[in-house]
Amino acid sequence: MDNEQTINYAIKLDIFEGPLDLLLYLIKKNEIDIYNIPIALVTEQYLQYLKMIKALNLDLAGEYLVMASTLIHIKSRMLLPVPEEPEEEEEDPRAELVRQLIEHKTFKEAALNLGERPLLERDVFTRAALLPEEVENTTTDEEELMEVSVFELIEAFHRIVSQIDKKELMEIDLEKLSLTDIINEIMEQLSLTKSLTFEDLLRERKDRRRIIYTFLALLELIKLRMIKAYQTSVFGVIRIFPAVES
Amino acid sequence: MENVKAVIEALIFASDAPLALEKICIILSGVEKSEIKEALEKLVLEYNERQGGISLQEVAGGFQFRTRPELSPWVKKLKSTKPHSLSPAAMETLAIVAYKQPIVKSEIESIRGVDVGAPLKGLLDKKLIRIVGRKDVPGKPIIYGTTRKFLEVFNLKDLLDLPNLRELKELNQQQELVEQEIAEEDITEDIPNL
Repeated sequence: MDNEQTINYAIKLDIFEGPLDLLLYLIKKNEIDIYNIPIALVTEQYLQYLKMIKALNLDLAGEYLVMASTLIHIKSRMLLPVPEEPEEEEEDPRAELVRQLIEHKTFKEAALNLGERPLLERDVFTRAALLPEEVENTTTDEEELMEVSVFELIEAFHRIVSQIDKKELMEIDLEKLSLTDIINEIMEQLSLTKSLTFEDLLRERKDRRRIIYTFLALLELIKLRMIKAYQTSVFGVIRIFPAVES
Repeated sequence: MENVKAVIEALIFASDAPLALEKICIILSGVEKSEIKEALEKLVLEYNERQGGISLQEVAGGFQFRTRPELSPWVKKLKSTKPHSLSPAAMETLAIVAYKQPIVKSEIESIRGVDVGAPLKGLLDKKLIRIVGRKDVPGKPIIYGTTRKFLEVFNLKDLLDLPNLRELKELNQQQELVEQEIAEEDITEDIPNL
Protein backbone atom coordinates (compact mmCIF):
# COMPACT_ATOMS: atom_id res chain seq x y z
CA MET A 1 0.00 0.00 0.00
CA ASP A 2 1.51 3.33 -0.98
CA ASN A 3 1.46 6.48 1.06
CA GLU A 4 -1.52 8.14 -0.56
CA GLN A 5 -3.78 5.23 0.16
CA THR A 6 -2.66 5.11 3.75
CA ILE A 7 -3.66 8.74 4.09
CA ASN A 8 -7.08 8.14 2.53
CA TYR A 9 -7.66 5.27 4.88
CA ALA A 10 -6.89 7.42 7.85
CA ILE A 11 -9.28 10.10 6.67
CA LYS A 12 -12.11 7.62 6.21
CA LEU A 13 -11.54 6.25 9.66
CA ASP A 14 -11.82 9.74 10.99
CA ILE A 15 -15.15 10.43 9.35
CA PHE A 16 -16.85 7.18 10.21
CA GLU A 17 -15.96 5.42 13.37
CA GLY A 18 -17.37 2.11 12.28
CA PRO A 19 -20.63 0.88 10.73
CA LEU A 20 -22.89 2.34 13.45
CA ASP A 21 -21.39 5.74 12.78
CA LEU A 22 -21.99 5.35 9.06
CA LEU A 23 -25.60 4.34 9.67
CA LEU A 24 -26.17 7.32 11.95
CA TYR A 25 -24.75 9.54 9.24
CA LEU A 26 -27.13 8.09 6.66
CA ILE A 27 -30.08 8.53 9.02
CA LYS A 28 -29.15 12.13 9.63
CA LYS A 29 -28.50 12.84 5.96
CA ASN A 30 -31.89 11.44 4.92
CA GLU A 31 -33.65 13.04 7.88
CA ILE A 32 -35.01 9.68 8.90
CA ASP A 33 -36.89 8.97 12.11
CA ILE A 34 -34.55 6.67 13.96
CA TYR A 35 -37.51 4.66 15.36
CA ASN A 36 -38.91 4.05 11.92
CA ILE A 37 -36.02 3.41 9.60
CA PRO A 38 -36.93 2.72 5.96
CA ILE A 39 -34.67 -0.28 5.93
CA ALA A 40 -34.63 -0.75 2.13
CA LEU A 41 -33.40 2.79 1.55
CA VAL A 42 -30.78 2.68 4.27
CA THR A 43 -29.52 -0.74 3.21
CA GLU A 44 -29.17 0.45 -0.38
CA GLN A 45 -27.24 3.55 0.61
CA TYR A 46 -25.12 1.61 3.05
CA LEU A 47 -24.11 -0.89 0.37
CA GLN A 48 -23.39 1.94 -2.04
CA TYR A 49 -21.08 3.40 0.49
CA LEU A 50 -19.28 0.10 0.94
CA LYS A 51 -18.81 -0.07 -2.83
CA MET A 52 -17.31 3.40 -2.74
CA ILE A 53 -14.86 2.35 -0.07
CA LYS A 54 -13.93 -0.67 -2.14
CA ALA A 55 -13.55 1.43 -5.28
CA LEU A 56 -11.05 3.56 -3.41
CA ASN A 57 -9.24 0.32 -2.71
CA LEU A 58 -9.34 0.90 1.01
CA ASP A 59 -9.25 -1.75 3.63
CA LEU A 60 -12.76 -2.57 4.64
CA ALA A 61 -13.05 -3.46 8.26
CA GLY A 62 -14.94 -6.69 8.94
CA GLU A 63 -17.47 -4.86 11.09
CA TYR A 64 -18.81 -3.09 8.01
CA LEU A 65 -19.56 -6.39 6.35
CA VAL A 66 -21.25 -7.78 9.46
CA MET A 67 -23.50 -4.73 9.51
CA ALA A 68 -24.25 -5.14 5.80
CA SER A 69 -25.44 -8.69 6.38
CA THR A 70 -27.48 -7.59 9.39
CA LEU A 71 -29.19 -4.93 7.28
CA ILE A 72 -29.96 -7.40 4.50
CA HIS A 73 -31.27 -9.88 7.04
CA ILE A 74 -33.59 -7.28 8.54
CA LYS A 75 -34.72 -6.21 5.10
CA SER A 76 -35.62 -9.79 4.14
CA ARG A 77 -37.52 -10.28 7.39
CA MET A 78 -39.45 -7.10 6.73
CA LEU A 79 -40.48 -8.45 3.33
CA LEU A 80 -41.96 -11.61 4.76
CA PRO A 81 -45.71 -11.42 5.05
CA VAL A 82 -46.96 -10.95 8.56
CA PRO A 83 -49.20 -13.83 9.62
CA GLU A 84 -52.80 -12.68 9.79
CA GLU A 85 -53.28 -13.97 13.27
CA PRO A 86 -49.92 -13.73 14.95
CA GLU A 87 -49.51 -16.40 17.60
CA GLU A 88 -47.41 -14.09 19.70
CA GLU A 89 -46.42 -10.46 19.55
CA GLU A 90 -43.55 -10.44 17.13
CA GLU A 91 -40.84 -7.89 17.66
CA ASP A 92 -40.02 -5.44 14.91
CA PRO A 93 -36.96 -6.88 13.14
CA ARG A 94 -35.36 -3.44 13.38
CA ALA A 95 -35.74 -3.16 17.14
CA GLU A 96 -32.32 -4.48 18.08
CA LEU A 97 -30.58 -2.28 15.51
CA VAL A 98 -32.53 0.76 16.66
CA ARG A 99 -31.55 0.09 20.25
CA GLN A 100 -27.89 -0.16 19.22
CA LEU A 101 -28.05 3.01 17.15
CA ILE A 102 -29.66 4.99 19.94
CA GLU A 103 -27.15 3.76 22.46
CA HIS A 104 -24.30 4.66 20.13
CA LYS A 105 -25.79 8.07 19.46
CA THR A 106 -26.30 8.67 23.17
CA PHE A 107 -22.67 8.05 23.95
CA LYS A 108 -21.52 10.12 21.02
CA GLU A 109 -23.46 12.99 22.53
CA ALA A 110 -22.19 12.15 26.00
CA ALA A 111 -18.64 12.36 24.68
CA LEU A 112 -19.31 15.77 23.15
CA ASN A 113 -20.85 16.85 26.45
CA LEU A 114 -17.80 15.75 28.37
CA GLY A 115 -15.53 17.58 25.97
CA GLU A 116 -17.45 20.79 26.56
CA ARG A 117 -16.90 20.73 30.30
CA PRO A 118 -14.34 23.14 31.77
CA LEU A 119 -11.33 20.87 31.41
CA LEU A 120 -8.33 21.02 33.67
CA GLU A 121 -5.27 22.50 31.95
CA ARG A 122 -7.46 23.64 29.05
CA ASP A 123 -10.10 25.87 30.59
CA VAL A 124 -9.35 25.84 34.28
CA PHE A 125 -6.07 25.73 36.11
CA THR A 126 -5.10 24.89 39.63
CA ARG A 127 -2.46 26.53 41.75
CA ALA A 128 -0.33 23.40 41.73
CA ALA A 129 0.01 22.70 38.06
CA LEU A 130 1.18 19.16 38.69
CA LEU A 131 -1.34 16.48 39.42
CA PRO A 132 -0.57 14.34 42.48
CA GLU A 133 1.02 11.41 40.64
CA GLU A 134 3.27 13.77 38.73
CA VAL A 135 4.34 15.51 41.89
CA GLU A 136 5.66 12.23 43.23
CA ASN A 137 8.04 12.00 40.32
CA THR A 138 9.59 15.39 40.74
CA THR A 139 12.32 15.76 43.31
CA THR A 140 11.70 18.24 46.04
CA ASP A 141 13.92 21.28 45.95
CA GLU A 142 15.92 21.81 49.09
CA GLU A 143 15.65 25.31 50.31
CA GLU A 144 18.40 24.81 52.84
CA LEU A 145 21.98 25.78 52.33
CA MET A 146 23.99 23.18 50.55
CA GLU A 147 27.70 22.75 50.64
CA VAL A 148 29.42 23.71 47.41
CA SER A 149 32.06 21.73 45.63
CA VAL A 150 35.34 23.03 44.32
CA PHE A 151 33.87 23.07 40.84
CA GLU A 152 31.24 25.57 41.84
CA LEU A 153 33.92 27.73 43.37
CA ILE A 154 35.83 27.61 40.13
CA GLU A 155 32.70 28.62 38.27
CA ALA A 156 32.22 31.59 40.53
CA PHE A 157 35.84 32.48 39.99
CA HIS A 158 35.34 32.46 36.24
CA ARG A 159 32.28 34.61 36.60
CA ILE A 160 34.25 37.24 38.47
CA VAL A 161 37.14 37.17 36.05
CA SER A 162 34.86 37.61 33.09
CA GLN A 163 33.17 40.59 34.74
CA ILE A 164 36.40 42.45 35.21
CA ASP A 165 37.41 45.08 32.72
CA LYS A 166 40.11 43.62 30.53
CA LYS A 167 42.11 46.82 30.49
CA GLU A 168 42.64 46.62 34.20
CA LEU A 169 43.82 43.08 33.90
CA MET A 170 46.65 44.24 31.73
CA GLU A 171 48.05 46.64 34.34
CA ILE A 172 51.27 45.52 35.84
CA ASP A 173 51.09 45.24 39.56
CA LEU A 174 54.35 45.21 41.37
CA GLU A 175 52.81 44.72 44.77
CA LYS A 176 54.28 41.68 46.44
CA LEU A 177 51.66 39.23 47.59
CA SER A 178 51.85 36.13 49.62
CA LEU A 179 49.20 33.50 50.10
CA THR A 180 49.57 33.84 53.87
CA ASP A 181 48.71 37.54 53.66
CA ILE A 182 45.54 36.87 51.76
CA ILE A 183 44.53 34.06 54.08
CA ASN A 184 44.99 36.35 57.03
CA GLU A 185 42.98 39.04 55.32
CA ILE A 186 40.09 36.71 54.62
CA MET A 187 40.08 35.41 58.18
CA GLU A 188 40.18 38.93 59.50
CA GLN A 189 37.25 39.98 57.33
CA LEU A 190 35.32 36.90 58.34
CA SER A 191 35.86 37.55 62.03
CA LEU A 192 34.28 40.97 61.49
CA THR A 193 31.30 40.04 59.35
CA LYS A 194 30.66 36.34 60.13
CA SER A 195 29.83 35.65 56.51
CA LEU A 196 31.06 36.86 53.15
CA THR A 197 30.11 36.14 49.62
CA PHE A 198 32.77 35.06 47.20
CA GLU A 199 32.08 38.20 45.23
CA ASP A 200 32.55 40.38 48.34
CA LEU A 201 36.03 39.03 48.82
CA LEU A 202 37.16 39.82 45.33
CA ARG A 203 35.39 43.09 44.69
CA GLU A 204 38.28 45.37 45.42
CA ARG A 205 41.00 43.12 44.06
CA LYS A 206 40.72 43.66 40.41
CA ASP A 207 44.02 42.39 39.14
CA ARG A 208 44.54 38.86 38.05
CA ARG A 209 47.17 38.00 40.59
CA ARG A 210 44.95 39.13 43.45
CA ILE A 211 42.04 37.10 42.16
CA ILE A 212 44.14 34.00 41.77
CA TYR A 213 45.69 34.42 45.18
CA THR A 214 42.30 34.94 46.79
CA PHE A 215 40.96 31.88 45.07
CA LEU A 216 43.94 29.81 46.14
CA ALA A 217 43.59 31.17 49.66
CA LEU A 218 39.95 30.08 49.75
CA LEU A 219 40.80 26.62 48.52
CA GLU A 220 43.54 26.38 51.10
CA LEU A 221 41.21 27.54 53.88
CA ILE A 222 38.56 25.04 52.84
CA LYS A 223 41.18 22.33 52.77
CA LEU A 224 42.36 23.31 56.24
CA ARG A 225 38.68 23.32 57.33
CA MET A 226 39.00 26.84 58.59
CA ILE A 227 36.09 28.08 56.48
CA LYS A 228 33.01 26.57 54.92
CA ALA A 229 31.43 27.53 51.63
CA TYR A 230 27.68 27.25 51.10
CA GLN A 231 25.20 28.27 48.46
CA THR A 232 21.41 28.44 48.58
CA SER A 233 20.83 26.98 45.16
CA VAL A 234 22.67 25.80 42.11
CA PHE A 235 24.37 28.85 40.55
CA GLY A 236 23.35 30.82 43.61
CA VAL A 237 25.59 33.14 45.58
CA ILE A 238 28.36 31.30 47.40
CA ARG A 239 28.72 32.35 51.01
CA ILE A 240 31.79 31.79 53.10
CA PHE A 241 31.50 31.15 56.82
CA PRO A 242 34.18 30.57 59.42
CA ALA A 243 34.26 26.84 60.11
CA VAL A 244 34.21 27.30 63.86
CA GLU A 245 31.94 29.82 65.46
CA SER A 246 34.13 32.23 67.36
CA MET B 1 -15.54 30.50 65.71
CA GLU B 2 -14.78 32.93 62.91
CA ASN B 3 -11.37 31.35 62.55
CA VAL B 4 -12.67 28.11 61.02
CA LYS B 5 -13.32 29.63 57.63
CA ALA B 6 -9.82 31.09 57.46
CA VAL B 7 -8.24 27.79 58.47
CA ILE B 8 -10.21 25.91 55.82
CA GLU B 9 -9.25 28.46 53.19
CA ALA B 10 -5.59 28.06 54.12
CA LEU B 11 -5.80 24.27 54.05
CA ILE B 12 -7.38 24.20 50.61
CA PHE B 13 -4.86 26.71 49.31
CA ALA B 14 -1.92 24.71 50.63
CA SER B 15 -3.21 21.34 49.44
CA ASP B 16 -1.79 19.89 46.24
CA ALA B 17 -4.87 17.82 45.46
CA PRO B 18 -8.56 18.53 46.00
CA LEU B 19 -9.02 18.52 49.77
CA ALA B 20 -11.74 16.25 51.07
CA LEU B 21 -14.18 17.39 53.74
CA GLU B 22 -13.20 14.37 55.84
CA LYS B 23 -9.59 15.46 55.81
CA ILE B 24 -10.50 18.97 56.95
CA CYS B 25 -12.53 17.40 59.76
CA ILE B 26 -9.52 15.38 60.91
CA ILE B 27 -7.30 18.46 60.96
CA LEU B 28 -9.93 20.59 62.68
CA SER B 29 -10.73 17.84 65.14
CA GLY B 30 -12.31 20.11 67.72
CA VAL B 31 -14.86 21.56 65.33
CA GLU B 32 -18.22 20.04 64.46
CA LYS B 33 -18.54 18.68 60.95
CA SER B 34 -21.67 20.71 60.40
CA GLU B 35 -19.81 23.88 61.26
CA ILE B 36 -17.01 23.02 58.84
CA LYS B 37 -19.53 22.28 56.13
CA GLU B 38 -21.24 25.57 56.74
CA ALA B 39 -17.94 27.45 56.60
CA LEU B 40 -17.03 25.68 53.36
CA GLU B 41 -20.31 26.65 51.77
CA LYS B 42 -19.77 30.23 52.85
CA LEU B 43 -16.29 30.20 51.33
CA VAL B 44 -17.56 28.85 48.02
CA LEU B 45 -20.21 31.54 48.00
CA GLU B 46 -17.74 34.28 48.83
CA TYR B 47 -15.50 33.33 45.94
CA ASN B 48 -18.52 33.21 43.63
CA GLU B 49 -19.74 36.61 44.72
CA ARG B 50 -16.33 38.14 44.37
CA GLN B 51 -16.20 37.20 40.67
CA GLY B 52 -12.44 37.27 40.83
CA GLY B 53 -9.83 35.22 39.09
CA ILE B 54 -10.33 32.06 41.07
CA SER B 55 -13.25 30.04 42.27
CA LEU B 56 -13.54 27.37 44.92
CA GLN B 57 -14.68 24.20 43.20
CA GLU B 58 -15.79 20.84 44.47
CA VAL B 59 -13.98 18.26 42.36
CA ALA B 60 -13.08 14.59 42.76
CA GLY B 61 -14.55 14.44 46.24
CA GLY B 62 -12.68 17.47 47.54
CA PHE B 63 -12.31 21.22 47.33
CA GLN B 64 -9.82 23.02 45.15
CA PHE B 65 -9.11 26.53 43.97
CA ARG B 66 -9.36 26.78 40.21
CA THR B 67 -9.10 29.65 37.80
CA ARG B 68 -12.30 30.74 36.12
CA PRO B 69 -12.86 29.18 32.69
CA GLU B 70 -13.36 32.61 31.07
CA LEU B 71 -9.78 33.50 31.93
CA SER B 72 -8.18 30.55 30.19
CA PRO B 73 -6.88 32.56 27.20
CA TRP B 74 -4.55 34.44 29.53
CA VAL B 75 -3.66 31.63 31.91
CA LYS B 76 -2.81 29.40 28.95
CA LYS B 77 -0.12 31.87 27.89
CA LEU B 78 1.48 31.49 31.28
CA LYS B 79 1.39 27.71 31.34
CA SER B 80 3.52 25.61 29.10
CA THR B 81 1.55 22.43 29.78
CA LYS B 82 -0.33 20.90 26.92
CA PRO B 83 -4.03 20.29 27.51
CA HIS B 84 -5.38 16.78 27.47
CA SER B 85 -6.14 16.22 23.84
CA LEU B 86 -8.36 13.25 23.19
CA SER B 87 -9.49 11.98 19.82
CA PRO B 88 -13.23 11.57 19.22
CA ALA B 89 -12.72 7.80 19.50
CA ALA B 90 -11.01 8.19 22.86
CA MET B 91 -13.67 10.62 24.10
CA GLU B 92 -16.48 8.26 23.14
CA THR B 93 -14.73 5.32 24.77
CA LEU B 94 -14.16 7.38 27.88
CA ALA B 95 -17.80 8.44 27.97
CA ILE B 96 -18.94 4.83 27.72
CA VAL B 97 -16.58 3.75 30.51
CA ALA B 98 -17.65 6.70 32.66
CA TYR B 99 -21.37 6.05 32.37
CA LYS B 100 -21.39 2.27 32.26
CA GLN B 101 -18.57 1.30 34.58
CA PRO B 102 -17.62 -1.31 35.62
CA ILE B 103 -17.43 -2.40 31.99
CA VAL B 104 -15.42 -4.85 29.89
CA LYS B 105 -13.91 -4.21 26.47
CA SER B 106 -16.43 -6.29 24.51
CA GLU B 107 -19.31 -4.29 25.99
CA ILE B 108 -17.68 -1.03 24.93
CA GLU B 109 -17.12 -2.46 21.47
CA SER B 110 -20.74 -3.48 21.08
CA ILE B 111 -21.75 0.11 21.73
CA ARG B 112 -19.14 1.71 19.51
CA GLY B 113 -19.37 -0.92 16.80
CA VAL B 114 -15.59 -0.94 16.37
CA ASP B 115 -12.48 -2.18 18.09
CA VAL B 116 -11.54 -0.03 21.07
CA GLY B 117 -8.11 -1.47 21.91
CA ALA B 118 -6.18 1.63 20.88
CA PRO B 119 -8.37 4.24 22.61
CA LEU B 120 -8.51 2.09 25.76
CA LYS B 121 -4.74 1.93 25.91
CA GLY B 122 -4.45 5.67 25.37
CA LEU B 123 -6.90 6.34 28.21
CA LEU B 124 -5.01 3.97 30.50
CA ASP B 125 -1.74 5.73 29.67
CA LYS B 126 -3.33 9.08 30.45
CA LYS B 127 -4.57 7.59 33.73
CA LEU B 128 -8.13 8.59 32.96
CA ILE B 129 -9.30 5.00 33.30
CA ARG B 130 -7.96 2.06 35.25
CA ILE B 131 -8.33 -1.67 35.57
CA VAL B 132 -10.66 -2.39 38.46
CA GLY B 133 -10.76 -6.16 38.27
CA ARG B 134 -11.56 -9.15 36.13
CA LYS B 135 -14.98 -10.46 35.29
CA ASP B 136 -15.71 -13.99 36.39
CA VAL B 137 -16.69 -15.26 32.96
CA PRO B 138 -14.71 -17.36 30.47
CA GLY B 139 -11.58 -15.50 29.42
CA LYS B 140 -11.64 -13.41 32.60
CA PRO B 141 -11.94 -10.13 30.72
CA ILE B 142 -10.53 -6.99 32.30
CA ILE B 143 -13.03 -4.62 33.88
CA TYR B 144 -12.45 -0.92 33.41
CA GLY B 145 -13.49 2.07 35.45
CA THR B 146 -12.61 5.75 35.59
CA THR B 147 -9.98 7.22 37.90
CA ARG B 148 -9.87 10.08 40.34
CA LYS B 149 -7.86 11.97 37.76
CA PHE B 150 -10.79 11.66 35.37
CA LEU B 151 -12.95 13.53 37.89
CA GLU B 152 -10.26 16.16 38.36
CA VAL B 153 -9.70 16.70 34.65
CA PHE B 154 -13.41 16.85 33.82
CA ASN B 155 -14.32 19.06 36.76
CA LEU B 156 -16.65 16.53 38.35
CA LYS B 157 -17.54 16.21 42.04
CA ASP B 158 -18.11 12.49 41.70
CA LEU B 159 -19.58 10.08 39.17
CA LEU B 160 -23.11 11.13 40.07
CA ASP B 161 -22.12 14.61 38.91
CA LEU B 162 -21.92 13.33 35.32
CA PRO B 163 -24.54 15.09 33.20
CA ASN B 164 -27.72 13.06 33.14
CA LEU B 165 -28.59 11.52 29.84
CA ARG B 166 -32.30 11.03 29.46
CA GLU B 167 -31.99 8.40 26.81
CA LEU B 168 -29.21 6.70 28.68
CA LYS B 169 -31.44 6.39 31.70
CA GLU B 170 -34.14 4.72 29.66
CA LEU B 171 -31.60 2.33 28.25
CA ASN B 172 -30.38 1.46 31.69
CA GLN B 173 -33.89 0.73 32.86
CA GLN B 174 -34.41 -1.61 29.95
CA GLN B 175 -31.16 -3.31 30.66
CA GLU B 176 -31.93 -3.69 34.34
CA LEU B 177 -35.05 -5.59 33.41
CA VAL B 178 -33.02 -7.83 31.16
CA GLU B 179 -30.40 -8.29 33.81
CA GLN B 180 -32.98 -9.29 36.37
CA GLU B 181 -34.00 -12.11 34.13
CA ILE B 182 -30.50 -13.28 33.46
CA ALA B 183 -28.61 -14.70 36.40
CA GLU B 184 -26.29 -12.18 37.94
CA GLU B 185 -22.75 -12.21 36.72
CA ASP B 186 -20.36 -11.94 39.59
CA ILE B 187 -17.50 -9.55 39.64
CA THR B 188 -14.43 -10.98 41.31
CA GLU B 189 -13.34 -7.75 42.86
CA ASP B 190 -15.36 -5.06 44.53
CA ILE B 191 -15.37 -1.75 42.82
CA PRO B 192 -14.43 0.92 45.30
CA ASN B 193 -16.70 3.90 45.30
CA LEU B 194 -15.26 6.88 43.58
